[in-house]
Amino acid sequence: MAEFSEALFSIFFIETLLNGLLLGGILALLSLGLNLIFGVIDVVWICYAEIIMVGMYLIFWLNTDLGLHIIPSMFLGILFTGFVGWLTHKLVISKLINAAPINQLIATGGLLFFFQGAAMIVFGIEFRNMGISLGSLALSEDIYLSWTRLLSFAISGIIVIILYVFLSKSYLGAAIRAISQDREIMTLMGVDTKKLYLMTSAIGGGLAGLAGCLLVLQYDVHPFIGLSFGPITFIICVMGGLGNMVGGFLAAFIFSELITIGGYFAEIEWGYVLAFVFFIAMMFLKPEGLFTRKS
Amino acid sequence: MLRISKLNAGYGSFQALFNIDIEVNFGEAVAVIGPNGAGKTTLMRAVSGLIPVKSGSVDMEGVDLINTPSHDIVKLGIAHVPEHRRLFPRMSVEDNMKMGSFSPQFREKYAERLEFVYNLFPRMKERRNQLAGTMSGGEQQMCAIGRALMSDPKILLMDEPSAGLAPVIVQQVFELIDKIKSDGLTVLIVEQNVKQVLKVVDRAYILEAGSLRMQGSSKKLLGSKEVQKAYLGM
Repeated sequence: MAEFSEALFSIFFIETLLNGLLLGGILALLSLGLNLIFGVIDVVWICYAEIIMVGMYLIFWLNTDLGLHIIPSMFLGILFTGFVGWLTHKLVISKLINAAPINQLIATGGLLFFFQGAAMIVFGIEFRNMGISLGSLALSEDIYLSWTRLLSFAISGIIVIILYVFLSKSYLGAAIRAISQDREIMTLMGVDTKKLYLMTSAIGGGLAGLAGCLLVLQYDVHPFIGLSFGPITFIICVMGGLGNMVGGFLAAFIFSELITIGGYFAEIEWGYVLAFVFFIAMMFLKPEGLFTRKS
Repeated sequence: MLRISKLNAGYGSFQALFNIDIEVNFGEAVAVIGPNGAGKTTLMRAVSGLIPVKSGSVDMEGVDLINTPSHDIVKLGIAHVPEHRRLFPRMSVEDNMKMGSFSPQFREKYAERLEFVYNLFPRMKERRNQLAGTMSGGEQQMCAIGRALMSDPKILLMDEPSAGLAPVIVQQVFELIDKIKSDGLTVLIVEQNVKQVLKVVDRAYILEAGSLRMQGSSKKLLGSKEVQKAYLGM
């Protein structure tokens, strides 16, 4: 017990909490795009993390193989994934918009394998690393925070604020909030729902690309990288209440803190175990999502 | 102004409307009355393009509505207050109003229209930051009418505005419709509350089982033995 309380008040525990916060920032960004798409179109993109992977590869390819500077590479990466999001809706989802949810799930699940396979054919299965290191920030003698993580956190924060202002102030944002509440009546408001769906898919894809920009600085790229983030992103969205962006945002931080705290007291794998056990328990206790009001 | 002719419409293989001919002239208030299931809501939905039309035509000031994409119909000056109000319940009153002026051409007049609607419904101004779904039925109906008026329509379609409201509120809603009408707005309203609606509108059509049974001025219909017996319980 003495060991435990010592560990709890240790300086390294503070570092752990801070790292959890930083990880939460990027998980929050990941969940935003998926939630946005679900909230508007009512379809879960199982392949969302694979679009992130596509973005990471593109940035890697432009930067490392073509020698383009990292900033324009990232910019092009975001544009391209936005286009991929647009195409995903145009070619696949729009054909299934009135189909049973299971068919839509299977179709986006199929896209997951399509993106994985395409990445394997084009880039092979090697792990690729951009080899960019921004170093760490020393808060004190004992606390180090990686600059990449800090940067990711800051950018995630900025994007969340931009998205919040966009959703609460603009006409398009109001339409995005409204459409999940009453789909049919949007037509009477003069909203072309097909156009709104395409636009949302492009924004969602672009957000995936942005997440790719931040992830490519921290992780190796390989065709299965999506699997490291896809399930977590999905679980965070469900935990916050699918389609509930504020809920997903908060859930991301709960989830990341559980992972890092579990990793602090045992190995990092136990952190994931802790987080998933929490998720399963929550599914029994509050299946509609932690932050969803009962309607 | 709005002319519906030989309209046939329905859902899938089920036909709900047969050869409907209705005309609404500028400045007029017209009602379509009839029992539950007569096809009144289907009629409104067909005009607004929410359901496909089998045959016939709907014409608004020379523009054929049947071949107009449904999200463009509001831009022609037709605003639809749907059955059961259909507000966005988890959005504020003001955000609901904002959705009413979504089309780019209405946005520049947003502030002006909002003031107009708030003048008409001071209660909505008091409640402007409240979530629409948390208001009373009568207030929600005001909000739904206000939202439709945000686009400065030429004609207002109202689908059972009195449904589900307490009698005293129903009275207020009809007073309101009377006011909107006397302000010069053209109104097409479908209602089950025959007695009340006939006091407000100029003319009415009676719809039964998808076909028009009778039509005439409100005065004539109120005086008709058949209407009195079937709808007014006399």
